[in-house]
Amino acid sequence: MEISSLEESRREAIFQARVDAEEKIEPKDWMPEAYRKNLIRQISQHGHSEVVGQLPEGNWITRAPTLRRKAVLLAKVQDEAGHGLYLYSATETLGIAREELMEQLLTGKAKYASIFNYPTLSWADVGAIGWLVDGAAIVNQISLCRTSYGPYARAMVRICKEESFHMRQGYEIMTVLARGSQEQKAMAQDALNRWWWPTLMMFGPHDADSAHSGSSMKWKIKRQSNDELRQKFVDQSVAQAQHLNLKIPDEKLKWNDERGHYDFGEIDWDEFTAVLGGAGPCNHERLEARRIAHEQGDWVRDAMFAHAEKQRQRDVRKTA
Amino acid sequence: MNKHLPLWEVFLRSRRGLEHKHVGSLHAADPEQAMQYARDVYTRRMEGCSIWVVLANDIHASQEAEGEAFFDPAEDKVYRHASFYDVPDDLKL
Ligand SMILES: [Fe+2]
Ligand SMILES: [Fe+2]
Repeated sequence: MEISSLEESRREAIFQARVDAEEKIEPKDWMPEAYRKNLIRQISQHGHSEVVGQLPEGNWITRAPTLRRKAVLLAKVQDEAGHGLYLYSATETLGIAREELMEQLLTGKAKYASIFNYPTLSWADVGAIGWLVDGAAIVNQISLCRTSYGPYARAMVRICKEESFHMRQGYEIMTVLARGSQEQKAMAQDALNRWWWPTLMMFGPHDADSAHSGSSMKWKIKRQSNDELRQKFVDQSVAQAQHLNLKIPDEKLKWNDERGHYDFGEIDWDEFTAVLGGAGPCNHERLEARRIAHEQGDWVRDAMFAHAEKQRQRDVRKTA
Repeated sequence: MNKHLPLWEVFLRSRRGLEHKHVGSLHAADPEQAMQYARDVYTRRMEGCSIWVVLANDIHASQEAEGEAFFDPAEDKVYRHASFYDVPDDLKL
C-alpha cells in the first residue's frame, strides 16, 4: 500500500470514529470526498426547496382573505427565504460558491422538493401546505437536527424553531374552512385530496430503492430512513384530519395493532419520477420565476457594488 | 457583472449582560448592508439586541490539522483546576 493511501485510510478511520461517537464534523475537518459531495447535494437541494417553496404560497399573498392572514403568510414566506439562506450558508462551508449553487438550480442540474411543482389552486391550498407540507418538513428536519455535519445541524435547529408556526397557521386555516359553509368544507377536502399524496412523496423513495441511503446512514448525515419518517408523518396526521372531520384520500389507511402504526396505500411512483424529472404541472413555471427574479435582481447587485466602491473611495480620501 | 459579494459572519447579543454569539453568515456588499440583512434574517423574532457583522476574510482561525499540538499543552496541567487539590470537605473551600 502506498503511503498516501495509508494516510487516507487512517484519516478515514479517525473521521468515522468521530461520527460514530456522535461528535460533529466541522468545516475544516478532513472528510471523505464522497461525504462532502453527498452533503453539498443534500443541503443545497434542501436550500433550493426552501427558496422555490416560496412560490406556491407567494401566489396567494395578494389575495389572502383578511389582513391578518396576509401578514401571517408574508411572515411565513419570509421565513422560508431565511431558511434558504441558512442552508445555502451551510452548503458554502463545504467549499462551493453561492453563485455556483444558483447556477445549478437555474440550469436544472440541482433538484428541489417535487412538491413545489404542484399548483396552489385555492386559498385552502395555503392551509393544506402549512398543515401537511410544513408538517412533513418538520418531521424530516427534527430528525436532521442530529445530522453529523455541524453547520447543517445548526441550521436545522434554527429552522425547526421557526417551523411550528408554519404548520399551526396552516392548520388554523384548515380548521376555519372545515367548520365553515359547505363550499368552504369542500374546498378544504379538495385541498387535502390534492396535497396528501405529493406530501407523502416528499420523504423520497422506499428505503430499498433509495440511491444515497446506505452511506448517508453510515455517515449519520441522515438519522432515520425515508420509510420511517413517512410512517411517523402518516401516524401523526390521521388524528389531525379526524379533528377537522376531513377524509384522507387513501382507502387502505387503517390502524395496524400488531405494528402499532397505520398501514397505508402505495404511492404512485411513476408520478413521483415524472414530477422530479421535470414533467410536473409547474416545473417550468417555478424555474422560470426563479430565473426572472435572478435576472431582475442583477441591477440591484450592480448598484450595491457601485455604492460600496464609492463609499470605500470616499473613506480613502478622508484618511488621505 | 459577475463579482462575488463578500461573506460576512454575524454575531448576536441575545440579551443585555450576555456575550455576542456567532449565529450564521450572509453575503453583502458593505457593512451597512450586511447589518440590514443580519437584522432581517437573524432577528425576526427578537433574537438579539445587538449585532456584530465581521468580514469572514478578517477572521483568523486556528488550524484544525494542528489542533492537537496547539491545544495539547493544557492537557497535562491538571493543577490549573480546583478539583486537583485535596482539602477537607467540611471547610467550604
Ligand atoms: Fe422552511
Ligand atoms: Fe416552513
